[in-house]
Amino acid sequence: MKPQRRVWSTTALVLGALVFLFPFYYMVIGSLQRKPDTSLKGAFPTGGFTLHNYTQINERVHLLQSLLNSVIFTGGVLFGTIVFGVLAGYALARLHFRGRGSLFAVMLLVQIVPFQLLIIPIYVMIVRNYGLADSYLGMIAPFAINSTAVFVFRQFFLQLPEDLFAAAALDGAGEFRTMWSIALPLVRPAVLTATLLTFIGPWNEFLWPFLVTKDQGRQPLAVTLANYISNIAGRADNPYGAILAGAVVLAVPAVALFVVFQKRFTGSELSSGVKG
Amino acid sequence: MKPVLTKVFGRQPLGTVFAAPYALFLALVFAYPLGLAVWISFHDYFFAAPGAQVDRPFVGLDNYTNVLGDPDVQRAFFNVGVFLVINVPLTVVLSLVLATALNSVTRGRTFLRVSYYVPYVTASVALVAVWLFLFSQGGLVNDLLGPLAPSPSWLVNSKAAMPLIALFVTWKQMGFFILLYLAALQGVSKDLYEAASIDGASRFRSFMNVTVPGVRAATTLVVILATITGANLFTEPYLLTNGGGPDGASASPVFVMYQKGIEQGNPDTASAIGVILVVLVLAISLVNRRILERD
Repeated sequence: MKPQRRVWSTTALVLGALVFLFPFYYMVIGSLQRKPDTSLKGAFPTGGFTLHNYTQINERVHLLQSLLNSVIFTGGVLFGTIVFGVLAGYALARLHFRGRGSLFAVMLLVQIVPFQLLIIPIYVMIVRNYGLADSYLGMIAPFAINSTAVFVFRQFFLQLPEDLFAAAALDGAGEFRTMWSIALPLVRPAVLTATLLTFIGPWNEFLWPFLVTKDQGRQPLAVTLANYISNIAGRADNPYGAILAGAVVLAVPAVALFVVFQKRFTGSELSSGVKG
Repeated sequence: MKPVLTKVFGRQPLGTVFAAPYALFLALVFAYPLGLAVWISFHDYFFAAPGAQVDRPFVGLDNYTNVLGDPDVQRAFFNVGVFLVINVPLTVVLSLVLATALNSVTRGRTFLRVSYYVPYVTASVALVAVWLFLFSQGGLVNDLLGPLAPSPSWLVNSKAAMPLIALFVTWKQMGFFILLYLAALQGVSKDLYEAASIDGASRFRSFMNVTVPGVRAATTLVVILATITGANLFTEPYLLTNGGGPDGASASPVFVMYQKGIEQGNPDTASAIGVILVVLVLAISLVNRRILERD
């Protein structure tokens, strides 16, 4: 490509990127100001920053408890996905067992039937039949093993060279040992990718924890913040300041994790998991 | 290994052990609820105390006729249609153009990638908060537009609410689709671009004649996944337009499912909406596949 053209497309991309990032910038700026100034000049303030809004939102939604609930919800899903997802991915990639084909087909189907459409029956089962409302178990159960992550694990195990497994068998390693000491250490990068991919699901999820928790002491941050937006904010003196402060707290962990590990978030690692 | 075991569990029965938790999980939170949704939609189903024995008679297609004749439901399906007409083409065109441009830049790639992906990894609830602020009556956007600002303002304007939600979701999901296209672009042969440039094709022509057909499989996937995202719409109408407002102009089918099924306690009609939506999504996906992959 001619260098001049490259300059143009880079300039256009940078401008686009600034448009994409502006709401994030505006979120942070708005959360640090006592009185919002919605003029264009107000978007680039030079002073008067305060943490007032953060203490406000903390009083209303109990940030620490909400964050702890988010951590437990997300941690439970990550645990289930990494332990049982790796096992399932390994079995689907490397072991010949009865039902492998059907399990694989169902796994693909799960990716195209949206979860939201199953909320009524899952709500009936978990809240009404098993009485798991306001419990962490009820919150985690429908998300316990992320199917996309299972797919990523399977793709990684499939890519390992056949010779490795033949050599292990020659050395007399059993199936379990082969997985534990040979295959697992080699797929550590996949675990990182899958963790990143799985993390943003429960951390950002709103609908399900919103349905299953009525007790504020059990609600993750996405839910307490949403309830604040829809119920209480209208009566506060600077509603947007507190809302934006809550939004920053909710956004930071996922964004930070992503920025640190963004190299793992590439098409070649994920698309294999989505494309099939 | 005992031959009987091999016959029942396959060559490597350890696979059954490894896969069992996941298989059980899929059975409990996917297969069974899917069946239950269909069952509920054909019965007069209501919530009862755990363990209570209640009679839930079979009512045939009653729930479906109720739902299809309900103006709220019709409105919600119409709204999601508006959403898809705006969101899907915009997503496909912008994400392919951006991915092509990203693929060619050499400097600042990390910054650019992070900028475009970051809305995708951030919670809708957090992003809705800042859009509420930006698009409120006295917000920055109206301030910039001055006399051109719509009246009533964006989120309470029945003509602007749904398009604004479509725009929000396009922005939020774009990073994921750029990612898919970037992966697909790696599979387009460099020779084809060289051949095109030797033939004197302009950059636009080689984009239309080499890139677009080269990533066709990815386009099918993007269209299907964008449609599924549209069918799932809930958080945005619930929070951004304060419960599908104004007057149901931005209510989505999932939002109506929530209202009817959980707020008003009619899981049977809500399940019927869910089943109709699944059937529509699958039908749209199949049609898309046919159209985009025909040759």
